[in-house]
Amino acid sequence: MLLEIKNLHVEIESESKKILNGLNLTIEKGQVAAIMGPNGSGKSTLAYVLAGKPGYAVTEGQVLLDGESILDMRADERAAKGVFLAFQYPVEVPGVATMTFLRTALNAQRKTRGQGELSTPEFMKLVRETSAKLGVGADMLRRAVNVGFSGGEKKRNEILQMAILQPRLAVLDETDSGLDIDALQIVAEGVNRLRSPERGMIVITHYQRLLNYIVPDVVHVMANGRVVKTGGKELALELEAKGYAQYVGEAA
Amino acid sequence: MAADVRNMKTPAEQALTAAYSAARGTLPGKGGVANLRDGAFKRFEERGLPHRRVEEWKYTDLRALMREMAPLAPPPDAAAKARAKDAGKILAGVDCRRIVFVDGAFVPELSDLSSEPGLTIGSLAEALAKGDAAVTQAIGATFATDDVAVALNTALMGDGAVIEVAAGARIKRPIHLVFAGSGKTSAFVRSLVKVGEGAELTLIEDHDSGESQVNAALELVAADHSRVDFFKITQARGLHLASLLVRVGADAKVNTFAYTAGSPLVRNQGFIRFDGERSHGGIRGVSLLRGKEHVDTTLLIVHAKGHCDSREQFKTVLDDESHGVFQGKIVVAQHAQKTDAKMLTRALLLSEDAEADNKPELEIFADDVVCGHGATAGALDPGLKFYLMSRGITDAEAEALLIQAFIGETVEEIAHEGIREALMNAAIAWLRARAA
Repeated sequence: MLLEIKNLHVEIESESKKILNGLNLTIEKGQVAAIMGPNGSGKSTLAYVLAGKPGYAVTEGQVLLDGESILDMRADERAAKGVFLAFQYPVEVPGVATMTFLRTALNAQRKTRGQGELSTPEFMKLVRETSAKLGVGADMLRRAVNVGFSGGEKKRNEILQMAILQPRLAVLDETDSGLDIDALQIVAEGVNRLRSPERGMIVITHYQRLLNYIVPDVVHVMANGRVVKTGGKELALELEAKGYAQYVGEAA
Repeated sequence: MAADVRNMKTPAEQALTAAYSAARGTLPGKGGVANLRDGAFKRFEERGLPHRRVEEWKYTDLRALMREMAPLAPPPDAAAKARAKDAGKILAGVDCRRIVFVDGAFVPELSDLSSEPGLTIGSLAEALAKGDAAVTQAIGATFATDDVAVALNTALMGDGAVIEVAAGARIKRPIHLVFAGSGKTSAFVRSLVKVGEGAELTLIEDHDSGESQVNAALELVAADHSRVDFFKITQARGLHLASLLVRVGADAKVNTFAYTAGSPLVRNQGFIRFDGERSHGGIRGVSLLRGKEHVDTTLLIVHAKGHCDSREQFKTVLDDESHGVFQGKIVVAQHAQKTDAKMLTRALLLSEDAEADNKPELEIFADDVVCGHGATAGALDPGLKFYLMSRGITDAEAEALLIQAFIGETVEEIAHEGIREALMNAAIAWLRARAA
């Protein structure tokens, strides 16, 4: 088992507002799991809690990655263990060139894992090859991280980071939001290329559309802070047709 | 209880008076220069050291902060000169003409005095001793001010650089004035720089002055159509008061950049006057503070003539219990129409106990101008930090990257590639030391 989430209860610290409410979820190695659900069901909170964003209090439950609890780890330690979050709204980091950022991140992870830093030629080769596949141009790499990037460029940059960092568990939070169909295809191809028997993925989406391009092994439906239904990829189509109303009512 | 404040002299004020009386006969320059010194010292005596009730010194109460005056430095001996060899190494990788001062005195044997057409470099002490009329008349003529730090400098100035760039001469290699200090003494340095019509100069005033107390003043006259890139680097463990006095002619381009780090008590004041039309000025700086360091940047920008633009941008990074001060005043004279002046100061507070005081001021007498100022003070953005950490970058490294980005925006404006990289590397070294 790659990821086990057991009875997870989470509040937003500043508001004492409960968002996750006894969530259970498992992801197997090699599995791509879609998480669908209405707005406010806790999908993004789950993504943030997995990545270790400050400001969320876990009041109960466990999150195990490869059998090891990650809840006490800082975000950077989780990243080194292989957790990667592709942000719904990637932030702009003025003044930090994308190349510098990628290199600092990769070497920091390697250092935490006790591996040596990549040499400059090795790193350049890796970035060149990876970015070419994602249609990320040299000019984007020279610019400050996400500054002045279009919505599509920001999402491609997220996938580029994922491809370079090679995580064990990738969490894609609404990766389809703000993308036109061409950008969506490029991003989905990038994600599909990273599918591997050792890697798990959680694809969070509100709409079924993305799942035409990233076909999931399993679909979980979230409502009111927990998983209320699990099924195959046909479940996504059913949701598209019937909406979330039945689940929202059921969980309340 | 109506005590006469002027009679309650602090130990530092008493020491300054004693030092002036003792040195008066031996300071370089007779006649007019001696009178200039006496007049300036009288202005100091009348007012004493500036304190918090003097508006321009509100946040840097020099009377309270200057506890003592170190004795005036004797001429440097061989050991003092030897120690100066390592000074100014921030620019070690940049090809510069190095001109060295130790404890305020010019040291020709450590300086590169090779000749270059259109460039004259000399010592102020020598010029004053000789009674060089061009020099004695230029002193204090760049920017009229009754500031006490400048007055003390005028009274006690010992040596400094006298640089003249002839009209049309383009001096490619930057001139690096290195002010080194060898101990707990005082130095009063005064430099005069004249860049002739259509001439170009890159000049660095680098105070790597150790424990020595320094009062520095540099007068810069940028003639019409000239281009000057001026840098001030300050790494001073002793009390450091510095005044930059600038007069800019017409169609000129003057950029200044101040880098300050590792200095407990600094007052960097800039007095800049745009005296001709269609000139551009970029007045920028970065200060890095930690511990209980106190760095004050105080600017007075006077647009006396119209159609000029000036950009002031200062960034301060404050850690621990440090205190940063920025006071920037832009004055636009009545006939200086079409002035375009924008001032921005940003303070990044890394600690709850750090303090940043920002005081931008505009005084506009013309009616057709574009002027603005902005001031911000805040902590690092937690959203940005989380984004970096979610990629595996450690807490300390994430902060260092974001601070680098914060100051990078200002450092990037430096046109000279070598100096830009050298200052950025110095800042990165400061950040690494902080993270370690």
